[in-house]
Amino acid sequence: MTRRAAPLVRAAWALAAAFAVTLGILLAAGAPPFATLAVMAEGGLGSQAAALRTLAAFTPLLLCGAALCVTFAANLWNIGVEGQITMGAIFAQGCLRAADPAGGLPAGLDLALGLAASALGGLVWALLAGMLRTHGRVHEIFSGLGLNFVAMGVSLWLILGPWKRPGMASMSGTETLDQALWLPALGGRPMSMVGPILAVAAFVGAAWLLRRTFFGLTLAAVRQNALAATRLGLRPGLRILAAMGICGALAGLAGGILVAGLYHRLIPSISGNYGYTAILAVLLASGSLLALPAACLFFAVLTVGSVQLPLSLSLDSSLAGVLQGVLVLTLFAARRLRPLSRRREP
Amino acid sequence: MRRAPTTLAALALCLALAAPALAADKPLTFGMLLVGPYNDKGYSQAQYEGGKYVEEHVPGAKMLYLDKLNPADRPGVTVPQVVDDLAAKGATLIFAGSDDMKDGIREAAEQHPELTFVHISGDDVLTGKAPKNLGNVFSKMEYAKMMAGFSAAMTTQTGKIGFLGPLINDETRRLADAAYLGARYAWEKVRGQKPEALSFKVTWIGFWFNIPGVTSDPNQVAGSFFDQGYDVVISGIDTPEALTVAAARRKAGADVHALPYDFKQACDSAPEACLGVPYFNWGPALLPIVKDVVAGTWKPSFVWLSPDFAALNDPDKSPVGFLPGQGLSAESKKALDQFTADLGSGKVDLFAGPLTYQDGTVFVPAGRTATDKELWFCPQLLKGMEGASASK
Repeated sequence: MTRRAAPLVRAAWALAAAFAVTLGILLAAGAPPFATLAVMAEGGLGSQAAALRTLAAFTPLLLCGAALCVTFAANLWNIGVEGQITMGAIFAQGCLRAADPAGGLPAGLDLALGLAASALGGLVWALLAGMLRTHGRVHEIFSGLGLNFVAMGVSLWLILGPWKRPGMASMSGTETLDQALWLPALGGRPMSMVGPILAVAAFVGAAWLLRRTFFGLTLAAVRQNALAATRLGLRPGLRILAAMGICGALAGLAGGILVAGLYHRLIPSISGNYGYTAILAVLLASGSLLALPAACLFFAVLTVGSVQLPLSLSLDSSLAGVLQGVLVLTLFAARRLRPLSRRREP
Repeated sequence: MRRAPTTLAALALCLALAAPALAADKPLTFGMLLVGPYNDKGYSQAQYEGGKYVEEHVPGAKMLYLDKLNPADRPGVTVPQVVDDLAAKGATLIFAGSDDMKDGIREAAEQHPELTFVHISGDDVLTGKAPKNLGNVFSKMEYAKMMAGFSAAMTTQTGKIGFLGPLINDETRRLADAAYLGARYAWEKVRGQKPEALSFKVTWIGFWFNIPGVTSDPNQVAGSFFDQGYDVVISGIDTPEALTVAAARRKAGADVHALPYDFKQACDSAPEACLGVPYFNWGPALLPIVKDVVAGTWKPSFVWLSPDFAALNDPDKSPVGFLPGQGLSAESKKALDQFTADLGSGKVDLFAGPLTYQDGTVFVPAGRTATDKELWFCPQLLKGMEGASASK
């Protein structure tokens, strides 16, 4: 088995096990197992409209997945991605609502500024968690989780308070942005190709950074032995902050794309659990950069396809959430229970 | 490898197409978009059951529903997308259940001029933003909240009533105001107590339900009400914490009560602590709309339905109900029945002036009653209530 093929074999075995468990659960839930899976696949990929929706969910997942790869590379348990998406969305909305589509800057520049602002928002939020780690000795799990809640609180406060729409404040979100400030859409659907392109570019950039640059190497050094990295003069604290910053910027950009490309306004819970789902996707890909897009796509199909469960089969759509969780757990369990296991931990 | 998913997809497609094809003679299919789970024993379940009621009462009518339609549960899924799906499955009438869907349903209505849309809790018709195929409907929960306030004030020993509020907006302020008006009436007019001896305090948790770390914890808020001598808590949130905490305090020997919200069976979890529940009964509210759509006589309008005071808890009649709980004494219940009858006959009109907002500005001048528009847009709590009118 070559080193490159090993993850694939592992994934195939794990997927087979997960598939079997999934069928079992569907049977137990009284759902026709194959029809259920088919309906979900059809709902996620079966038509152009469905594929576009899946792409819309895939975009933030891939961005956040790439972001997480950077922090995982430095051995950081960054679960603050949700908050970083939210902060990115807030910054983008703040920038775009201040833009004047009629005059001043051309709309393209407004949009670019909005997206840049979103990256900045995520970066600032991630650096907060990073500095709490490097300077305050607060573990990033706690600061990340805490800052997630704070970001959500801030977005709710803005929507119901200072940025409320004229008339009655609504949980529907802030006033919709002027159409000139939407990311250019495709075929009249509320879907822009700019997002997926940026996401793929960001993913390739992150992969290049981790695999092909000195910076990536230093992150690996920090991950494997922070003390040795210090001795080598690699300044782990700085590397940690850099990794957090890059991660935050990418997650923030995801938030910006959600505002400018999908919802066209700031809404409550705009981060949509993408930050947590992306963690699952990265775990599912078990750190393999190659497998990450596939894992993200898989979760995107599951999310979008599950909409069809109540519509087509009158099944409780929570089933998709159960499947998602069980799949990830099974995949982990399967990796441990794998036959022909010559385990070599990374 | 490539073929398997395609075959499965084809199979699914056949299944999906077969279902509508069997029911051939063009009965109405309507879509129902729910913000929460269809079985939440609360706001969304009430709507789901309303849809089921319509299915039963309109021959051939079929409901397609999608629940948990919110960005946290279904990231990336927007209202217009789901409407596209429903339209493809043959739905010609779409109900959207929640305030969150305001923009989405308007956008969908503009994209599908051939379909009819009804936004529950929305006000686009009132504000003039609605396209021709979008109407609004809501029930006057205010009256049931008055009854909740009334029951609370009839029961309180300390004269202190707590209101566990969700987030702050016009709707929630309006409902808190209504509960206060009902309480004040019972306190002064029925029990003959001094106005200044009644304390009515609103504490907002920040959302419709508890989100740890974001909202205040409703368990804590309800508990702190009881700690401070408030012996009845009226819940304005979608989850049952107030009643749960009241029941726990009763077990510890305190004589306290609570009133949950939204769902007719909400008292069942702790009957002895429950004074009653104001709830939605969507069947009789949605049925006339569906019948109009079927007959081709539907016109978009802003419909704000009053309860049927004479048949408040009749599932076929009143769009809003108030079901008294076991905790309400027989004597108070008798007074409540009288109060309900007086509201129905117009003998008691709690929205009649003079009414004043918290900061002293006039809400309704003396000599007339509030219009629907004045009621709907509610900028403040009323004078005499404690609590914040706006989020700071």
